[in-house]
Amino acid sequence: MKTETIAAIATALSDAGISIIRISGDEAINVADRIFVTKEKNHILKNVKSHTIHYGFLFDGDELIDEVMVSVMKAPKSYTTEDTVEINCHGGILMSRKVLSLVLQNGARLAEPGEFTKRAFLNGRIDLSGAEAVMDIIHSENEMFLKSSVKQLRGSLSSSIRTLREKILFEIAFIESAIDDPEHISLDGYQDRLSEIVDDISVSLQKLIDSFDTGKLMREGIRTVILGKPNAGKSSFLNLLVGEEKAIVTDVAGTTRDALEEYVKVRGVSLKVIDTAGIRSTDDVVEKIGVEKAIRFADDADLILYVVDSSRTLDENDHRICEMIRDKRAIILYNKTDLHAAVTEDEIFDLIGKRFPLIHVSAIENIGLDEFEKLVKEMFFEGKISSSDEIFITNIRHKEAISEALEALKLVKKSLADQMPEDFYSIDLMHAYTSLGFVIGEEVGEDLVNEIFSKFCMGK
Amino acid sequence: MPGFHEFIDVCVVGAGHAGCEAALACARLGLETVIFTVSVDSIALMPCNPNVGGSSKGHLVRELDALGGEMGKNIDKTFIQSKMLNVSKGPAVHSLRAQADKAEYSRSMRRVLESQDHLTIKQAEVCELLTEDVIDDLGNPIKKITGVRILTGGIYSCKAVVLCTGTYLNARCLCGEAITYTGPNGLMPATHLTDSLKSLGVSVRRFKTGTPARMDKRSLDFSKMEEQFGDKRVVPFSFSTNPDDVQIDQVSCWLTYTNEKTHEIIRDNLDRSPIYAGIIEGTGPRYCPSIEDKVVKFADKERHQVFIEPEGLYTNEMYVGGMSSSLPEDVQLAMYRTVPGLENCKIVRNAYAIEYDCIDPQQLFPSLEFKKIKGLFSGGQLNGSSGYEEAAAQGLVAGINAAMSILHKDPLIMDRSESYIGVLIDDLVTKENFEPYRMMTSRAEYRLLLRQDNADLRLRKYGFEVGLVSKEEFDKVCEKENAIKAEVSRLKSVRVGASKSVQDFVESHGSTVLKTGFTLSELMCRPELDYHKLAPLDPERPSLPSDVIEQVEIEIKYEGYIERQRRQVEQFKKTEKKKIPDDIDYDDIPSLRLEARQKLTRFRPISVGQASRISGVSPADISVLLVYLEHYQKTRS
Repeated sequence: MKTETIAAIATALSDAGISIIRISGDEAINVADRIFVTKEKNHILKNVKSHTIHYGFLFDGDELIDEVMVSVMKAPKSYTTEDTVEINCHGGILMSRKVLSLVLQNGARLAEPGEFTKRAFLNGRIDLSGAEAVMDIIHSENEMFLKSSVKQLRGSLSSSIRTLREKILFEIAFIESAIDDPEHISLDGYQDRLSEIVDDISVSLQKLIDSFDTGKLMREGIRTVILGKPNAGKSSFLNLLVGEEKAIVTDVAGTTRDALEEYVKVRGVSLKVIDTAGIRSTDDVVEKIGVEKAIRFADDADLILYVVDSSRTLDENDHRICEMIRDKRAIILYNKTDLHAAVTEDEIFDLIGKRFPLIHVSAIENIGLDEFEKLVKEMFFEGKISSSDEIFITNIRHKEAISEALEALKLVKKSLADQMPEDFYSIDLMHAYTSLGFVIGEEVGEDLVNEIFSKFCMGK
Repeated sequence: MPGFHEFIDVCVVGAGHAGCEAALACARLGLETVIFTVSVDSIALMPCNPNVGGSSKGHLVRELDALGGEMGKNIDKTFIQSKMLNVSKGPAVHSLRAQADKAEYSRSMRRVLESQDHLTIKQAEVCELLTEDVIDDLGNPIKKITGVRILTGGIYSCKAVVLCTGTYLNARCLCGEAITYTGPNGLMPATHLTDSLKSLGVSVRRFKTGTPARMDKRSLDFSKMEEQFGDKRVVPFSFSTNPDDVQIDQVSCWLTYTNEKTHEIIRDNLDRSPIYAGIIEGTGPRYCPSIEDKVVKFADKERHQVFIEPEGLYTNEMYVGGMSSSLPEDVQLAMYRTVPGLENCKIVRNAYAIEYDCIDPQQLFPSLEFKKIKGLFSGGQLNGSSGYEEAAAQGLVAGINAAMSILHKDPLIMDRSESYIGVLIDDLVTKENFEPYRMMTSRAEYRLLLRQDNADLRLRKYGFEVGLVSKEEFDKVCEKENAIKAEVSRLKSVRVGASKSVQDFVESHGSTVLKTGFTLSELMCRPELDYHKLAPLDPERPSLPSDVIEQVEIEIKYEGYIERQRRQVEQFKKTEKKKIPDDIDYDDIPSLRLEARQKLTRFRPISVGQASRISGVSPADISVLLVYLEHYQKTRS
């Protein structure tokens, strides 16, 4: 039986020097052969021996993408027991992503989480313990995906996708109700209207796709939220971190006056640092909104920097912060060491109920920054912190899904041009709707039937 | 209670559209069958609209016919007007709808039942299902049907029971403040069976539907309405009917509209509608809303269509389509009389709403057998569907599978890619339905393949396998299939050159000239050309029957679309073919989320495909299940 050919980035996503893109399945070698040429501009991969490695270049049409090494492992002697090709390309998020996109455009589809391992198991290559690990992977990937979906639900991507989906659904429902109840609902002159609507939606989708390569990189980074009661020294620490010599990627004002986002690179690790309003109970309406926002940021954070004012005793506001961070990754910044200490380290840990890494800092005297940077780097490379804001795989899936929706809409346009009957293009509209639903994690279910009944008057 | 005792094979409870199909299927397969009805005069009664078919429902009837059911044949004998709907749209959504002579439809079906060997009609209310406790293959205690008891005391021992009770269980009709405890058309309800079902652990719920008034034709002014004619050339429903036999004189239907005055009367009297006053408990269907519902929910619509349809040739009664209602009699009369043409109308039968008990069909296997009561099958409105055609289709499948279980054969289960009937049953037994279920073309994902014109090509083989379709009829379909294949491949291989005469021909049909030679099939794909128009370029063309040409034309013209759907179906079949063993214990799969585990344990889906359609089971759960199943099979083999 033919298996679909799948591809994914096999190495961890980081700024490492080399990334590996793995392709597996019946078409793996053909896919790679389409984009890989040797120095002499030859396509050779179909004819090479198994378990050999080749030097050459990847091309997207005429455009040179990267200089690479490609290894070819033919079935059954590979991890999945299928034909497998691994492309060693230059590292970095952008390049890995570009190469993967190229592979996907040339006939592979994006692998599901754990799919290589799943195939290895199904093909008898690994045993049950391996398979159980796969289940765990699938499961945890699923949870990560859900977590990131929830996060993006609040974002602008999902709201714009949702609007586009609603528009599409309305059109499908209109066509379908006319099919189901032709004597009540007529489609005369409808084609022109639909054509315009499809054009509008297509433009919006194309914009989203374009934003993927350029815009999203800015948002990469570990979501780092600075918490502390007012005047604990949060902003001073941020300024310390964002010194002149630091690589500031961008500077985006927060959506409200009370939170500021900065992009900082700390020894190669990207942080998106969010400075929040000081946490304290307050009756002031504006300030209250700021505090609530801070709490929500903290909830979504990958890493929390809890700035403690060591010159003041712990109060109910500290108490509140300690409760918020108890189940999170956090670093305690024991600030104002230049002043007389009114709090001990143990008092802080007691209040939290557990120990976190703690660094003595004096924002005024520029103490502690070096230690902080070392700690962040260490935590990152030990895998203790990672970015959940932008799960790479999720995002390229989104791009894939949006591209698929756009393709489906192109087919609608084609059907319109070919003067096909309405029921043909409603199928492609449905495909577009389903694909977009994938981006925001919504299945179709009874959407259409509900839309038909709520928007159109049917019936005998 | 003393009484007689009979021993038979199958009891069918109810003689509506589902019951008739179920009983005929069983009897035709040689099983001794008794069909019970509360009134022999109400066999195959049409208590609501006087038509068969319509969008997607027409598909069901064609499919039922291909499988060896009776509805298609019966409507071909008794229709008085027929129309192919949606002809301006694609072939997949063309749908037949015929106006029936209701009385004749019922009489004709009764005649078929009465002349069927192995089938007995019995007027009686079945009040109790008799069962015994048994252990199923997995060692679980379940019940097994042993017979039924009728109200007068008699017992019928049997191997299978098919329940087709329609809207009769604890039925209650409402017309404004007037409430009667009757079935449709004032017939006797069945008031005992619900309790018997409940005592067997079956969960029961309450649904509602409604019907408009019937009027005396002599009181209507048709000059104020638009006349609606039937088709010039009628297409029969049944593949066995000779098309020449259905070219009859047809009667007309009439179209008129409600207006602001109508809506005002309705709005002013909403407090007297049992639905809006909260008297009705049952859940009604959104797709055939009462006129009250339409006026409330679509307040911006200035008018609604009203179709006046004859109920038969030998009656004055006219059906007022589009205006079902449960408003009181006086309000009904006032509101109907605001409609042009109905100013002086006399109502023969009032509109009413009806409430009835039905089961939650998730308790059924896709064979329509109860999961926990062996030998008990259920079809039609009792399963929470609505419509004559939906009922008949399920009745046929329930009947066939009751027979298959007695004959120790595999049940007939069609999947969503094979038939609308497959979609209908899968939706019923897998998804959660909160209202009477109506078939719609949009529910069929693969509808380009599930056309009414190819139901015979899709399903005759199943009818033949179960034994309801003769060898002769089946051979006919095989021949047709071969003829289609041969002609399609011929058209794909015959090339026409770019000669002057060909260019002239193409141009004369408003088509762009050819640069190189083309195959005939490539030319056929152009919107402005078709099979018949290309005849002059195709002198070698064999003479073929029109139904073959129709298929050839569709296959070629829509090839790209059809091919895409076929690929989707292949994907779909992969998961559908992955069967889940009966004895799987979902608690053994720790990676499944709790919700999925609970849902799967409750439903016990038969395939991974079915599992994936259960709400609350995510794609990730399915991946987990797939991996587990692979391991499971490896360790068992």
